[in-house]
Amino acid sequence: MPNENNISRRGLFMKLGILFNGLVATALAMPIVRFLLSSVTLGRAGAYLSWVPLGRVGEFPEGQTRLATFQNPYVMPTDGKTVDTACWVRRIEGDQFQVFAVNCAHLGCPVRWFPQSGLFMCPCHGGAYYRDGSRASGPPERGLFEYPHKIENGLVTIQAGELPTPGPSAALSGKNPPCA
Amino acid sequence: MRVISQIGDWFDRRLQLAAPIREAAEHPVPRNTASWWYVFGSAALTVFLLQLVTGILLALIYVPSASEAWNSLQALNHDVTLGWFIRAMHGWGSNFMVALVLIHMVQVFLFGAYKFPRELTWIVGVFLLLMTLGMAFSGQVLRFDQDAYWGLGIGASIASRVPVAGPVIVMLMLGGPIIAGATLSRFFALHVFVIPGMLIGFVCLHVLMVLKLGINEWPMPGRVVKRASYLSEYHELTKKDGAPFVPYAIWKDLFFAAFILLAVAACAVYFGPFGPTGRPDPTIIQTVPKPDYFFLWLYALLSLLPPSMETPALLIGPVVVIVGLLLLPFLSGEGEKSWQRRPIAVLTVLLIAITLGTFTHLAGFTPWSPHMNAWSGDPVPERLLHGTTALQRQGALIFQVKQCRNCHSLGELGGQRGPALDSVAVRLTQDQLIRQVIQGGGNMPAYGKNLSPAETTALVAFLETLHPVGQAPAREAARDFVLRENSTHP
Repeated sequence: MPNENNISRRGLFMKLGILFNGLVATALAMPIVRFLLSSVTLGRAGAYLSWVPLGRVGEFPEGQTRLATFQNPYVMPTDGKTVDTACWVRRIEGDQFQVFAVNCAHLGCPVRWFPQSGLFMCPCHGGAYYRDGSRASGPPERGLFEYPHKIENGLVTIQAGELPTPGPSAALSGKNPPCA
Repeated sequence: MRVISQIGDWFDRRLQLAAPIREAAEHPVPRNTASWWYVFGSAALTVFLLQLVTGILLALIYVPSASEAWNSLQALNHDVTLGWFIRAMHGWGSNFMVALVLIHMVQVFLFGAYKFPRELTWIVGVFLLLMTLGMAFSGQVLRFDQDAYWGLGIGASIASRVPVAGPVIVMLMLGGPIIAGATLSRFFALHVFVIPGMLIGFVCLHVLMVLKLGINEWPMPGRVVKRASYLSEYHELTKKDGAPFVPYAIWKDLFFAAFILLAVAACAVYFGPFGPTGRPDPTIIQTVPKPDYFFLWLYALLSLLPPSMETPALLIGPVVVIVGLLLLPFLSGEGEKSWQRRPIAVLTVLLIAITLGTFTHLAGFTPWSPHMNAWSGDPVPERLLHGTTALQRQGALIFQVKQCRNCHSLGELGGQRGPALDSVAVRLTQDQLIRQVIQGGGNMPAYGKNLSPAETTALVAFLETLHPVGQAPAREAARDFVLRENSTHP
């Protein structure tokens, strides 16, 4: 006879059954969570950030800003055209370069370069930047994102691989932290 | 006929559903709820069912792959028989569904239907609204074109602003470091499995509660909701002045639902499917991305908020709105139901409607965006050049070439980011014009580094001619005096 204090045989089995299911669920949750977080645990520098060549130094005339395209270093077979990325390359003089992401530092729309007025303008919310990428006007809280770059074997090379986003630092930092 | 009823009986002996269904259909509702004001919920449900059907039909052809999605949409539009019509129905159905859910919500709010004992029905409804908006956004992503691509970029930029967790949220949202194949696939899973699954569950709960708790009676001024007595009062009302839901009230729902379906189909036939716009190729930067209709107000808000308020508004605003909606039935769970006795409720609805309407209207012509082609596309009006000097004409040329026109209009043409300059000479003196051009300020970039002194002189000479006939240009009164003083006392 089961009463308040004693656990019946069936009651015990039911509780053990629940416990057993709980254990199995926990064990199964591990691979599920790891799968779901795979894009987060990918690892930044090791996996998807790489140095990508944009072209020979000579292709970028001094004192001008040109659009260059490159293929994102981290590619999945179904990515299609989305891995092709554009960036603005400014050759100041000699080996002095600046490479800007096309993504506006406000909300990521593609900015366009107007050499006549020396401004980058964003078509979405009206952000504008000077030729050195610093903020000129509009809603952006900072200047354009800049890729780290180096000249290697006469090639302009940038460290790329992720979508530049303003991040929590947008409001805090007046300077241009690099985007990669 | 007898065979059919025998077959029916055979099934019902096993399913035993006929009695509960009949009971639900014939449950008495207050007579005056058989009103055309009570049809929006069922219409939203009807459009949701339409979305399920058209969505499944689209999935027969659509390929959720970043490399193929755009092509499969083109195939739907141009190659598959009536593919364009199914796409158009789904697209317009989405617009109608958001609109109907919002109208239903406003009606429920104004009729006090969220009050005791229907608090949970309202809360489930708030989640249904959020899911509907989630479906609208994820659906826009599945239309994988330029707008979808850059829209995702905007979503990622907003998400990245969350303190601490920002970068992780962006990675989870995009499924990788950039907007690519994995991004589309996960939005496909959200749009096709996760959100619809939750929607179906929540819709069932929502309707179940409407059946269990009864349709909200027509609100009468002075009939006050009290927790202690409401249930017996409602019961009394349905007994004294009630009528079976079927067929007494349902015929209006049926007519309105059919009318709405017809309206969706009419829009689909007349306006056709939405996009896709250009290929989702990130190297094509000659694009002006714009969100779908129901997010245009947000697009406007993001342009007009002062930069310093933007991140707090983006992150705290939605939380405040959602928590406010969820708390509403607890904050005013009793009291008057009638809108005639709730002026603040009516004003709130009007304020929100006018605000959203104004923002949506503004987003239609985006006065805050530079017109990227105005400098080369919109000529300086001829009348402004009549009788001008060579220097002033040179200035007009500089005005165009330096893209001033992208933000400033002349003769109604050009950007509206900055003020129209048709009468700028009346507002600013020569010195002020020079200062503004060189140093910028007030939202204008400084042009000092991009204009030679000669160019600045010419540009300002042109700007000084911009004043209405018969209205003298602004002039600093002290200037002539100072110049005269200087010339007489060198």
